[in-house]
Amino acid sequence: MSVRWIIFLLLALASPALAQGFAGLGSDAGGFAMPQRDAPLAFPRDHGAHPDFRIEWWYLTANLQDADGTSYGVQWTLFRSALKPGEAAGWASPQLWMGHAALTTEQKHYSSERMARGGIGQAGVSLSPFAATIDDWKMTGRAAAGEDQMSAIDIAASGKDFSYALTLDAEGPLVLQGERGYSVKSAQGQASYYYSQPFYRVSGTITAGTKEIAVTGQAWFDHEWSSQPLGAGQTGWDWFSFHFASGEKLMGFRLRDAGEGFTSATWINADGTPEPQPPGALSVTPLEFASVKGRKMPVRWRVALPAKGLDVTTRALNAQAWMDTQVSYWEGPVFIEGSHPGRGYVEMTGYE
Amino acid sequence: MLWQAFIALLSHWRARPLQLAMLVLGLSLATALWSAVQAINGEARASYARAAAVAGQDRFETLAREDGARFGQQAFIDLRRAGWLVSPVLEGEMRFGSERLRILGIDPLSMPQGASEVDIAGEAIGLQAFITPPGVLVVSPETARRLGGQSSPPLRIAEQLPPGTALTDIGIAQQLLGEQGQLSRLILWPEQLPSARPLAEVAPDLVLRPPAAEGDLSRLTDSFHLNLTAFGFLAFAVGLFIVYSAIGLAFEQRRAMFRTMRAVGLPLRVLVILLCAELLTLSVVSGLAGVALGYGIASLLIPDVAATLKGLYGAEVPGSLSVRPSVWLLGLAIAVAGSMGSAASQLWRVMRMPLLEPARPRAWSLASERMVGLQALAGVMLLALAAAAAAWGSGLAAGFAALGAMLLGAALLLPLLLSRALKLGSRLARGVVAQWFWADTRQQLPGLSLALMALLLALAANAGVGTMVQSFRLTFTGWLDQRLASELYVNTRSEDESKRVRDWLSVRSDAVLPIWNTEVRMFGQPVQIFGVADHATYRDHWPMLQAMPGAWDMLAQAQGVLANEQLARRVPLALGGMVRLQDGRSLPVVGVFSDYGNPKGQLLVNTDLLTALYPDANRLRYAVRIAPEKASELAAGLREAFALPPENVIDQVTVKAFSLRIFERTFAVTAALNVLTLGVAFLAILASLVTLSGMRLPQLAPAWAMGMTQKRLALLEIARSMALSAFTLAAALPVGLALAWLLLAVVNVEAFGWRLPMHVFPLDWLRLLVLALISAGLAAVIPALRLLRLSPSDLLKVFAHER
Repeated sequence: MSVRWIIFLLLALASPALAQGFAGLGSDAGGFAMPQRDAPLAFPRDHGAHPDFRIEWWYLTANLQDADGTSYGVQWTLFRSALKPGEAAGWASPQLWMGHAALTTEQKHYSSERMARGGIGQAGVSLSPFAATIDDWKMTGRAAAGEDQMSAIDIAASGKDFSYALTLDAEGPLVLQGERGYSVKSAQGQASYYYSQPFYRVSGTITAGTKEIAVTGQAWFDHEWSSQPLGAGQTGWDWFSFHFASGEKLMGFRLRDAGEGFTSATWINADGTPEPQPPGALSVTPLEFASVKGRKMPVRWRVALPAKGLDVTTRALNAQAWMDTQVSYWEGPVFIEGSHPGRGYVEMTGYE
Repeated sequence: MLWQAFIALLSHWRARPLQLAMLVLGLSLATALWSAVQAINGEARASYARAAAVAGQDRFETLAREDGARFGQQAFIDLRRAGWLVSPVLEGEMRFGSERLRILGIDPLSMPQGASEVDIAGEAIGLQAFITPPGVLVVSPETARRLGGQSSPPLRIAEQLPPGTALTDIGIAQQLLGEQGQLSRLILWPEQLPSARPLAEVAPDLVLRPPAAEGDLSRLTDSFHLNLTAFGFLAFAVGLFIVYSAIGLAFEQRRAMFRTMRAVGLPLRVLVILLCAELLTLSVVSGLAGVALGYGIASLLIPDVAATLKGLYGAEVPGSLSVRPSVWLLGLAIAVAGSMGSAASQLWRVMRMPLLEPARPRAWSLASERMVGLQALAGVMLLALAAAAAAWGSGLAAGFAALGAMLLGAALLLPLLLSRALKLGSRLARGVVAQWFWADTRQQLPGLSLALMALLLALAANAGVGTMVQSFRLTFTGWLDQRLASELYVNTRSEDESKRVRDWLSVRSDAVLPIWNTEVRMFGQPVQIFGVADHATYRDHWPMLQAMPGAWDMLAQAQGVLANEQLARRVPLALGGMVRLQDGRSLPVVGVFSDYGNPKGQLLVNTDLLTALYPDANRLRYAVRIAPEKASELAAGLREAFALPPENVIDQVTVKAFSLRIFERTFAVTAALNVLTLGVAFLAILASLVTLSGMRLPQLAPAWAMGMTQKRLALLEIARSMALSAFTLAAALPVGLALAWLLLAVVNVEAFGWRLPMHVFPLDWLRLLVLALISAGLAAVIPALRLLRLSPSDLLKVFAHER
C-alpha cells in the first residue's frame, strides 16, 4: 500500500509545480521530517497522526460475505496531507484531510468522498481511545486497557446510496513492513514508515441501496506515513493485499515506469511474522483487460512469488470497482485462485 | 408588378427625405431611450445575480439564523459530524483605503461542486496559496485596479467576480473581519444523506433558506429600476407621437397614389402587405439604429447609475456595459410593435377606402370639432381614473398607473384647451394681420396637435421631475444638517483601538458618542440596530417625524426604540407598535425619524441595551462633539496618536459633501433622461412643422399676394410656433405639479419608503419657458427658411393650380 498518498497529494496540492507528474515529488521534502532507517516505531504513539510528515493514511479494506455466501468488499480510508510541517490552530492549520469510502457488490460499486481542513475539529486522529474521523465517518478503537489500541475497532461510513457499520477484532499482531516498519519504496531509496494489521475478523451490516445485509469476513488495515517516498518517472501502480485460506498473507506492489518497474512484497506468516522479499522477487502480469469508465484496465492478474511457491490469478468481484472520486482509481475485492486460494484487494492507479 | 408597386410606394419617401428622416429619427430615438434603460437594468441585474452566484447562493439552499446574525462555527462541525453535507460561508464588509469591499470567506474543501464560480485550485490562484495564511483576496479586474497598491493579503484576479467583492478563505475572512470562529451561513449540498440526524436536534438555531437568484440586493433595488423603466416608457411614448404623426401624414399624402394603384389593378390585399413590408423595413432599420444609440446613451449614463446604486444600496454594478441579445431583441420588437401600432388605424382606413373616392389629401388634419371633443372627453375620463388610482390604489404599480393615466389624459385634453386659447386670442386681436395670425394658427392646430401633445408630456415630465428633485434636495440638505450634528466621525480598526480612542477623546472633547450597531433580520428584512447615547446632540437635532412625549427619555431608559420611516412604513409600525428584539425582549416604537438614502430599515436603541442584547455588535465608530474651530486640530491629533488613516477620521463638512454628491448622482440619470425626452419632443414639433410647411402654400399665398413680405411671413411662422409652445407650457405646468406630487407622495413612498414635503420653484418654470420657446423657435427655423427661399413664382402657382 505504498503509494496511495499520491492520490491525495495531487488533489490537495493541485498546483503547477506538482502537476508535472510523479517526478517532482521525490526531489524535495520541503522541511518535512524524513523516515529514518533506525528509528523504531512505538505504539500507541504511532497509531496517531504525524503532522511533521507530508502525507499519511489509515487504510482499511474488508472482504465480506453474507449468510448466503454472496461476497462484498468495503473500503474505509482517511488521508492526511500537510501543506507544510506541523500544526496550527483553527483554519490556519496546514493539515488537510480526505476520506474515501466504498462498498462493492457483484452488481455495483458504491463510492463516496469527504474533504476537511484540520484545526477546526471536522476531521483528525486522536489516541486513547483511538479515533480517526472525518464528518460522520469513523474508525474508533474499543480495545481493553493494556491491549494494542488497534486490536479492536469499529468503522462506519455512509454515502448517498450506501452505508456500513462494521466491528473488527484482530486475531494476530501488528505487522511491521520492510525493515521493522521502514519500508523502501524505490531503487533510489525513497521510503516510508509502514505497518499493517491484516488479521481482522469482521462482522456487521452493510446497506446497499436500501437493502440492509448482515455480513462477516476479514479485513486488512494499513497505516503509512512519509514525506517523499517515490522515485522519478513512475506512472502509476498496481497493489495487492491477499488473505490466503492457509492463514498466510501477502502484500505486494508494482510501481510502473518506462522500463521494468519496481516490485516489492512482504510475505506474512500465519503467526504474523513478516518476511520482506527483495525488490523484483514478486512478478505481476495482467492477463485480461476490460473497459472501465472509458479506459482499458487489467481485471485479471497473474501474481507469482517463486521463493514461496506462490503462483495465483485474481478475479475481480466487480470489474467496474472504480472510485469515482475527484482523483479516481480502481479499488476492489478479488478472488484468488491457483497455488494459494483466498481473497484480497487490488488497487490500480495511473491508467488513463 | 409587385416590385414596381413597392418602388412606387417608396418613391414618396424619396421625394420627402426630411419626412423620412423624422420618422426614422423619432422611432430610433424612442427606441434608444427605452433600450438604454433596458441595457442599464440588465447590467445591474446581471451584477446582482453574479454577486449571489459567487458562493452559490443562487443555486444552493443555505442554512442560516432566522435573524441573519452570525453564529459560531461549532454548528458547522456539529452538522458535519451528524452527517450533514454543508460548507461554511462568512460574509462581511471591510474598508481597504477608500474602497469598501464585500469579503466573502469560503472553505474550498467542503464546498459542493459547482458552488464556487472561481476555480480556486486552478493555476491562477492555487489551493495552497488560497488557504495558507496570509491567504489571497480574489477580486475582479476592475476592483483590483481600484485597490491600486493595496495588497494585503495579496490580490488575485478572477473575471467571474462582480466588482467590490473579494473572495477569500474562510479562515482569512474571519481574521480580516475580526470574527474569529463566526459564520454567516452554511451552503447545503444538493444531495443530503438519509442518515443525517434531524436539523432541529443538531442545530436548532438554524433555518433552511431556498436559493435566491438575485439576493437581497435585487429586492432593495427593484424600485430604482422600476423608476428607470417608467422613464424609458415615457420617452418611448413621446417618441411614438412623432412616429404616429409621420406615418399618418405619409398615408394621407399617398391616398391619391393608393387610389391610382388600386385603379390600375393592384389588389387591396397586396397593397396592404406592401405597406406592412414598408413599415417593417423602416421600423427594423430604425430599431437597430435605436438600440445602437441606446447602448451609446447607456454607456454614458451607467457610471452615474453605478455610483447611485453603490451609494444608495451598497450594490456594486460595473461601470461598463456588456451587449445583451435580449436588449437588442426587445428594442427591435418594441420599435416594430410601436410603428405597426401607430399605423394600424391608417391601414384600416386604407382597407376600407372606396376605390372611387376622391383623394382628400388633408382630410386627416382637419379633425372635426367633434373629434376634438371626443378626445377631450377621453382625457377627462383618464384624469378621473388617475385621481382614483392615486386616492385608492396602493403599491408602486398603482402609482405608475396614476402617473400614466394623468399624463395621457392631459395630452388628450390639450387640443381642446389650445383651440379655446386661440379662439380667445383671435377675439382679443386687433388689426387684420393679428386676426389672420390667430385664425391661421387655429387652422394649423389639428396638424400640430400630436407634436404639441408630445411637447406637453415632455414639459410636464420636466417640470414634475424637476420639482421633485428640488424638493428632495431642499429636504435632504436640511435633514443632513440635523442628522450630521457632530463635528467629527471616527472609525476605529479594532475593539482594543476603539477603547483607547474613546479614552483619548473623552478628555479632549465635549462628548464622545458611540455609533455602535449590528444588523439582524426581523419582519422578513435586514434591519440595522444602532445604539445611541443619551445626549443633547440627539435630543436637539435628530430629524423626528413623529414622537411620543418623552420619547428620548424612554429611549434612554431602554423602554422604547426609534424606527426609521422606511421600516415604519414597510412593516407598518405605528407609534406604540411593539418590536421584538433579542432574547424575547419587546419594546414599543416611541418615535419615527426620517432616514433618506438608507435602503434598509433601522432601529435606534439605547447603547447599553444594544451591547447587552447583541454582544457581537460592531463597536468601532464614534461621533465626537467639540467646538467647530477645534475640530480639525483634534482630528489631526487623533490621526497621529493612533496612526489612523485619514479616511478613518472624517469631519462633518466632508461627510455632508459626500452625502450630497451621492444625492446629485442619484438624480443625474433622471435629469439626463429628462433632457433627452425634451429632445424627442422638439423633434416631434420639427417634424410636424416641416411637413405642414410644404402643404401650407395655399394659406400663405393669399397673404403674400396681399402684400405681406416673405420675411414677415417667416417671422410670423416662428412666432406662431413659439406661441403654441408657450400655451402648451401653461397647460403642462399644472400637469407637472401633479406629477411631482404623485412622485413625492406615492411613488417615492412605495419605492424608497419615505415621503417628502413638496416645494415649488417658480424660477425653474421660467427656465423651462425659455427652453420651450427656444426649442419651438428652433423647430420653426427650417420651415421659415424654406419660406424665405421660396421663389415668387411658386407662390403664384398656387393661384394657377386652384383646386
